[in-house]
Amino acid sequence: MKYVVLVSLLALVCTSCVQENENASGLPVMGVKLPIEKEVNGKTVIDSLEHTIPPFSFVDQDSTIITEKTVEGKVYLADFFFTSCFTICPKVKKNMKKAYTAFKDRPDFAILSHSIDTRHDTVGRLAWYANKFDISADTWHLLTGDKDVIYKIAYDYYVTALEAPDAPGGFDHSGAVVLVDKKRRIRGMYDGTDPERMEQLVEDIQLLLDKE
Amino acid sequence: MVFSCGNMREKTYNEGAMLYQKHCENCHMADGTGLEALYPPLAGADMLESVGIGAACIIKNGLQGKILVNGVEFETGMAPITGLSSVEITNILNYIHNAWGNERDYIQLNEVEATLKACEKTNLGK
Repeated sequence: MKYVVLVSLLALVCTSCVQENENASGLPVMGVKLPIEKEVNGKTVIDSLEHTIPPFSFVDQDSTIITEKTVEGKVYLADFFFTSCFTICPKVKKNMKKAYTAFKDRPDFAILSHSIDTRHDTVGRLAWYANKFDISADTWHLLTGDKDVIYKIAYDYYVTALEAPDAPGGFDHSGAVVLVDKKRRIRGMYDGTDPERMEQLVEDIQLLLDKE
Repeated sequence: MVFSCGNMREKTYNEGAMLYQKHCENCHMADGTGLEALYPPLAGADMLESVGIGAACIIKNGLQGKILVNGVEFETGMAPITGLSSVEITNILNYIHNAWGNERDYIQLNEVEATLKACEKTNLGK
Protein backbone atom coordinates (compact mmCIF):
# COMPACT_ATOMS: atom_id res chain seq x y z
CA MET A 1 0.00 0.00 0.00
CA LYS A 2 2.82 2.34 0.95
CA TYR A 3 4.52 1.65 -2.40
CA VAL A 4 1.32 2.48 -4.29
CA VAL A 5 1.06 5.79 -2.45
CA LEU A 6 4.74 6.51 -3.07
CA VAL A 7 4.54 5.71 -6.77
CA SER A 8 1.34 7.76 -7.15
CA LEU A 9 2.98 10.70 -5.40
CA LEU A 10 6.04 10.39 -7.61
CA ALA A 11 3.85 10.23 -10.70
CA LEU A 12 1.98 13.33 -9.59
CA VAL A 13 5.17 15.24 -8.91
CA CYS A 14 6.63 14.13 -12.23
CA THR A 15 3.65 15.20 -14.30
CA SER A 16 3.64 18.63 -12.71
CA CYS A 17 7.37 18.86 -13.43
CA VAL A 18 6.67 18.10 -17.09
CA GLN A 19 4.02 20.82 -17.25
CA GLU A 20 6.42 23.35 -15.78
CA ASN A 21 9.17 22.38 -18.24
CA GLU A 22 6.80 23.03 -21.14
CA ASN A 23 7.21 26.74 -20.50
CA ALA A 24 10.73 26.51 -19.11
CA SER A 25 11.81 29.59 -21.01
CA GLY A 26 9.43 31.72 -19.01
CA LEU A 27 7.92 33.16 -22.16
CA PRO A 28 4.12 33.24 -22.14
CA VAL A 29 2.08 31.19 -24.55
CA MET A 30 0.07 33.81 -26.37
CA GLY A 31 -3.31 33.57 -27.91
CA VAL A 32 -6.88 32.76 -27.14
CA LYS A 33 -7.34 29.24 -25.82
CA LEU A 34 -10.19 27.34 -27.36
CA PRO A 35 -12.39 25.38 -24.99
CA ILE A 36 -12.82 21.77 -26.06
CA GLU A 37 -14.64 18.82 -24.60
CA LYS A 38 -12.60 15.78 -23.70
CA GLU A 39 -13.38 12.37 -22.35
CA VAL A 40 -11.34 11.68 -19.24
CA ASN A 41 -12.00 8.48 -17.33
CA GLY A 42 -15.46 8.23 -18.82
CA LYS A 43 -16.39 11.78 -17.86
CA THR A 44 -16.76 14.74 -20.21
CA VAL A 45 -14.32 17.45 -19.19
CA ILE A 46 -13.77 20.96 -20.53
CA ASP A 47 -10.15 21.43 -21.48
CA SER A 48 -8.47 24.10 -23.55
CA LEU A 49 -6.52 24.01 -26.77
CA GLU A 50 -3.65 26.42 -26.95
CA HIS A 51 -3.61 28.68 -29.97
CA THR A 52 -1.35 27.21 -32.65
CA ILE A 53 -0.59 28.18 -36.22
CA PRO A 54 -2.58 25.90 -38.54
CA PRO A 55 -0.98 23.85 -41.33
CA PHE A 56 0.01 25.95 -44.36
CA SER A 57 1.54 25.71 -47.81
CA PHE A 58 3.36 28.53 -49.59
CA VAL A 59 6.26 28.81 -52.04
CA ASP A 60 9.57 30.55 -51.31
CA GLN A 61 12.18 32.44 -53.33
CA ASP A 62 13.83 29.17 -54.40
CA SER A 63 10.52 27.78 -55.65
CA THR A 64 10.50 25.39 -52.69
CA ILE A 65 7.11 24.52 -51.23
CA ILE A 66 7.19 25.58 -47.58
CA THR A 67 4.72 24.01 -45.17
CA GLU A 68 4.34 23.50 -41.46
CA LYS A 69 6.67 20.49 -41.93
CA THR A 70 9.46 22.88 -42.94
CA VAL A 71 9.38 24.45 -39.48
CA GLU A 72 8.81 21.24 -37.56
CA GLY A 73 11.13 21.17 -34.56
CA LYS A 74 12.18 24.75 -35.21
CA VAL A 75 11.81 28.04 -33.44
CA TYR A 76 10.80 30.50 -36.12
CA LEU A 77 9.89 34.12 -36.80
CA ALA A 78 6.93 35.17 -38.91
CA ASP A 79 6.17 38.55 -40.42
CA PHE A 80 4.24 40.11 -43.28
CA PHE A 81 5.73 42.47 -45.83
CA PHE A 82 6.00 43.23 -49.53
CA THR A 83 9.10 43.94 -51.60
CA SER A 84 8.07 47.37 -52.89
CA CYS A 85 7.14 48.63 -49.44
CA PHE A 86 8.81 51.93 -48.68
CA THR A 87 7.30 52.64 -45.29
CA ILE A 88 8.13 50.33 -42.38
CA CYS A 89 9.35 47.20 -44.16
CA PRO A 90 12.98 48.22 -44.79
CA LYS A 91 13.48 49.07 -41.11
CA VAL A 92 11.78 45.89 -39.97
CA LYS A 93 13.87 43.82 -42.35
CA LYS A 94 17.06 45.51 -41.23
CA ASN A 95 16.24 44.77 -37.61
CA MET A 96 15.24 41.19 -38.39
CA LYS A 97 18.56 40.61 -40.08
CA LYS A 98 20.24 40.83 -36.67
CA ALA A 99 18.27 37.78 -35.52
CA TYR A 100 18.98 36.07 -38.83
CA THR A 101 22.73 36.66 -38.51
CA ALA A 102 22.74 35.41 -34.92
CA PHE A 103 20.96 32.12 -35.58
CA LYS A 104 21.24 31.33 -39.29
CA ASP A 105 23.71 28.50 -38.82
CA ARG A 106 21.35 26.58 -36.56
CA PRO A 107 19.18 23.92 -38.18
CA ASP A 108 16.41 24.57 -35.64
CA PHE A 109 15.78 28.18 -36.57
CA ALA A 110 13.88 29.68 -39.49
CA ILE A 111 12.22 32.88 -40.66
CA LEU A 112 9.01 33.02 -42.69
CA SER A 113 8.34 36.40 -44.29
CA HIS A 114 4.97 36.34 -46.04
CA SER A 115 4.31 38.69 -48.93
CA ILE A 116 0.96 40.44 -48.85
CA ASP A 117 1.43 41.71 -52.42
CA THR A 118 1.25 38.32 -54.12
CA ARG A 119 0.50 39.92 -57.47
CA HIS A 120 3.89 41.65 -57.76
CA ASP A 121 5.90 39.47 -55.41
CA THR A 122 6.40 36.48 -57.65
CA VAL A 123 9.01 33.82 -56.91
CA GLY A 124 11.33 35.65 -59.31
CA ARG A 125 10.86 38.97 -57.58
CA LEU A 126 11.41 37.37 -54.17
CA ALA A 127 14.58 35.70 -55.48
CA TRP A 128 15.85 39.09 -56.67
CA TYR A 129 15.03 40.67 -53.29
CA ALA A 130 16.67 37.85 -51.33
CA ASN A 131 19.80 38.17 -53.44
CA LYS A 132 20.01 41.94 -52.94
CA PHE A 133 19.23 41.58 -49.26
CA ASP A 134 21.93 38.88 -48.93
CA ILE A 135 19.94 36.15 -47.17
CA SER A 136 19.90 32.39 -47.66
CA ALA A 137 16.76 30.36 -48.28
CA ASP A 138 18.26 27.72 -45.99
CA THR A 139 16.97 29.83 -43.11
CA TRP A 140 15.01 32.84 -44.36
CA HIS A 141 12.05 32.01 -46.58
CA LEU A 142 10.32 34.82 -48.46
CA LEU A 143 6.88 33.44 -49.19
CA THR A 144 4.25 34.03 -51.81
CA GLY A 145 1.13 32.08 -52.73
CA ASP A 146 -2.63 32.47 -52.69
CA LYS A 147 -3.36 36.01 -51.50
CA ASP A 148 -6.47 35.07 -49.54
CA VAL A 149 -4.67 32.20 -47.81
CA ILE A 150 -1.83 34.50 -46.76
CA TYR A 151 -4.27 37.11 -45.44
CA LYS A 152 -6.08 34.37 -43.56
CA ILE A 153 -2.94 33.07 -41.85
CA ALA A 154 -1.99 36.64 -40.88
CA TYR A 155 -5.12 36.45 -38.78
CA ASP A 156 -3.75 33.34 -37.03
CA TYR A 157 -0.51 35.17 -36.32
CA TYR A 158 -2.50 38.10 -34.89
CA VAL A 159 -0.88 40.42 -37.43
CA THR A 160 -2.77 43.05 -39.42
CA ALA A 161 -2.36 42.75 -43.17
CA LEU A 162 -4.86 43.96 -45.75
CA GLU A 163 -5.16 45.69 -49.07
CA ALA A 164 -5.89 49.37 -48.63
CA PRO A 165 -5.88 51.58 -51.72
CA ASP A 166 -5.52 54.69 -49.54
CA ALA A 167 -2.51 53.44 -47.63
CA PRO A 168 1.04 54.21 -48.85
CA GLY A 169 2.09 51.38 -51.14
CA GLY A 170 -1.49 50.11 -51.25
CA PHE A 171 -1.32 47.86 -48.21
CA ASP A 172 -2.02 48.41 -44.56
CA HIS A 173 0.06 46.18 -42.41
CA SER A 174 1.75 45.95 -39.07
CA GLY A 175 5.50 45.67 -38.57
CA ALA A 176 5.04 42.98 -35.96
CA VAL A 177 7.51 40.11 -35.86
CA VAL A 178 6.03 36.98 -34.29
CA LEU A 179 8.11 34.48 -32.31
CA VAL A 180 6.81 30.91 -32.74
CA ASP A 181 7.98 27.86 -30.80
CA LYS A 182 8.48 24.25 -31.86
CA LYS A 183 4.82 23.48 -31.22
CA ARG A 184 3.75 26.38 -33.46
CA ARG A 185 2.54 28.39 -30.46
CA ILE A 186 3.06 32.15 -30.40
CA ARG A 187 5.46 33.09 -27.62
CA GLY A 188 5.98 36.78 -28.32
CA MET A 189 5.22 39.68 -30.64
CA TYR A 190 7.80 42.36 -31.32
CA ASP A 191 7.55 45.72 -33.05
CA GLY A 192 10.02 45.34 -35.89
CA THR A 193 10.72 49.07 -35.98
CA ASP A 194 11.78 49.16 -32.32
CA PRO A 195 15.49 48.29 -31.97
CA GLU A 196 15.12 47.56 -28.24
CA ARG A 197 12.28 45.12 -28.77
CA MET A 198 14.21 43.45 -31.57
CA GLU A 199 17.20 43.05 -29.25
CA GLN A 200 14.84 41.43 -26.76
CA LEU A 201 13.68 39.15 -29.56
CA VAL A 202 17.21 37.84 -30.06
CA GLU A 203 17.41 37.08 -26.33
CA ASP A 204 14.03 35.36 -26.36
CA ILE A 205 14.94 33.23 -29.36
CA GLN A 206 18.03 32.07 -27.47
CA LEU A 207 15.88 31.28 -24.42
CA LEU A 208 13.48 29.17 -26.43
CA LEU A 209 16.29 27.34 -28.20
CA ASP A 210 18.11 26.66 -24.93
CA LYS A 211 15.23 25.71 -22.71
CA GLU A 212 12.46 24.20 -24.79
CA MET B 1 23.60 93.51 -41.99
CA VAL B 2 25.65 90.76 -40.53
CA PHE B 3 24.25 87.27 -40.79
CA SER B 4 25.53 84.66 -38.43
CA CYS B 5 26.59 81.95 -40.83
CA GLY B 6 26.63 79.36 -38.07
CA ASN B 7 22.99 79.93 -37.15
CA MET B 8 21.79 79.65 -40.74
CA ARG B 9 23.73 76.44 -41.21
CA GLU B 10 22.24 75.07 -38.03
CA LYS B 11 18.75 75.98 -39.15
CA THR B 12 18.95 74.41 -42.58
CA TYR B 13 20.64 71.32 -41.13
CA ASN B 14 17.99 70.86 -38.45
CA GLU B 15 15.11 71.48 -40.83
CA GLY B 16 16.74 69.00 -43.19
CA ALA B 17 17.05 66.43 -40.39
CA MET B 18 13.31 66.61 -39.72
CA LEU B 19 12.47 66.30 -43.40
CA TYR B 20 14.90 63.42 -43.74
CA GLN B 21 13.19 61.57 -40.93
CA LYS B 22 9.83 62.05 -42.61
CA HIS B 23 10.70 61.36 -46.25
CA CYS B 24 14.00 59.52 -46.48
CA GLU B 25 14.77 57.60 -43.32
CA ASN B 26 12.50 54.64 -44.03
CA CYS B 27 14.77 53.43 -46.81
CA HIS B 28 18.09 55.16 -46.25
CA MET B 29 17.82 54.61 -42.48
CA ALA B 30 18.39 57.01 -39.60
CA ASP B 31 22.14 56.44 -39.70
CA GLY B 32 22.32 56.83 -43.48
CA THR B 33 23.58 53.28 -44.03
CA GLY B 34 20.76 52.12 -46.31
CA LEU B 35 19.88 48.43 -46.57
CA GLU B 36 22.32 45.94 -48.10
CA ALA B 37 22.14 46.10 -51.90
CA LEU B 38 18.51 47.25 -51.82
CA TYR B 39 18.78 50.86 -50.69
CA PRO B 40 22.11 52.69 -51.01
CA PRO B 41 23.85 54.38 -48.11
CA LEU B 42 24.19 58.14 -47.97
CA ALA B 43 26.78 58.19 -45.21
CA GLY B 44 30.21 58.18 -46.84
CA ALA B 45 28.62 57.48 -50.23
CA ASP B 46 30.90 58.20 -53.15
CA MET B 47 27.95 58.81 -55.47
CA LEU B 48 26.50 61.44 -53.17
CA GLU B 49 29.82 63.22 -53.15
CA SER B 50 30.06 63.20 -56.93
CA VAL B 51 26.46 64.25 -57.70
CA GLY B 52 26.60 67.01 -55.12
CA ILE B 53 23.76 69.44 -55.70
CA GLY B 54 22.48 67.16 -58.47
CA ALA B 55 20.91 65.10 -55.70
CA ALA B 56 18.11 67.68 -55.85
CA CYS B 57 17.00 66.14 -59.16
CA ILE B 58 16.96 62.67 -57.61
CA ILE B 59 14.80 63.83 -54.73
CA LYS B 60 12.41 65.65 -57.07
CA ASN B 61 12.20 63.18 -59.97
CA GLY B 62 13.27 59.89 -58.49
CA LEU B 63 15.91 57.63 -60.01
CA GLN B 64 15.64 54.54 -62.19
CA GLY B 65 18.28 52.23 -63.59
CA LYS B 66 21.50 50.83 -62.18
CA ILE B 67 23.81 52.91 -60.04
CA LEU B 68 27.11 52.18 -58.34
CA VAL B 69 27.63 53.35 -54.76
CA ASN B 70 30.84 52.46 -52.95
CA GLY B 71 31.38 49.57 -55.33
CA VAL B 72 27.92 48.04 -54.84
CA GLU B 73 25.36 47.97 -57.65
CA PHE B 74 21.83 49.14 -56.88
CA GLU B 75 18.87 48.78 -59.20
CA THR B 76 15.85 49.04 -56.88
CA GLY B 77 15.01 52.53 -58.12
CA MET B 78 13.63 55.46 -56.18
CA ALA B 79 10.21 57.05 -56.56
CA PRO B 80 10.03 60.85 -56.71
CA ILE B 81 9.51 62.46 -53.32
CA THR B 82 6.47 64.55 -54.16
CA GLY B 83 5.20 67.68 -52.53
CA LEU B 84 8.56 69.10 -51.46
CA SER B 85 9.32 72.76 -52.03
CA SER B 86 12.71 73.95 -53.26
CA VAL B 87 13.41 75.22 -49.75
CA GLU B 88 12.69 71.79 -48.30
CA ILE B 89 14.89 70.10 -50.90
CA THR B 90 17.68 72.56 -50.07
CA ASN B 91 17.36 71.71 -46.39
CA ILE B 92 17.43 67.97 -47.03
CA LEU B 93 20.54 68.35 -49.19
CA ASN B 94 22.31 70.37 -46.52
CA TYR B 95 21.45 67.70 -44.00
CA ILE B 96 22.53 64.65 -45.97
CA HIS B 97 25.69 66.37 -47.17
CA ASN B 98 26.75 67.17 -43.61
CA ALA B 99 25.41 64.35 -41.44
CA TRP B 100 27.10 61.10 -40.42
CA GLY B 101 30.58 62.43 -41.01
CA ASN B 102 29.76 63.73 -44.48
CA GLU B 103 31.07 67.24 -45.13
CA ARG B 104 30.27 69.73 -47.82
CA ASP B 105 29.78 73.44 -48.29
CA TYR B 106 26.26 74.53 -47.55
CA ILE B 107 24.03 74.93 -50.58
CA GLN B 108 21.86 77.99 -51.20
CA LEU B 109 18.26 78.01 -52.38
CA ASN B 110 19.02 79.77 -55.67
CA GLU B 111 21.57 77.08 -56.55
CA VAL B 112 18.97 74.36 -55.94
CA GLU B 113 16.35 76.23 -57.97
CA ALA B 114 18.74 76.55 -60.89
CA THR B 115 19.64 72.85 -60.64
CA LEU B 116 16.00 71.76 -60.56
CA LYS B 117 15.29 73.80 -63.69
CA ALA B 118 18.07 72.00 -65.51
CA CYS B 119 17.14 68.48 -64.30
CA GLU B 120 15.72 67.28 -67.60
CA LYS B 121 18.99 68.04 -69.36
CA THR B 122 21.04 65.78 -67.09
CA ASN B 123 21.05 62.01 -66.82
CA LEU B 124 19.90 62.17 -63.28
CA GLY B 125 16.41 62.30 -61.97
CA LYS B 126 14.52 60.23 -64.51
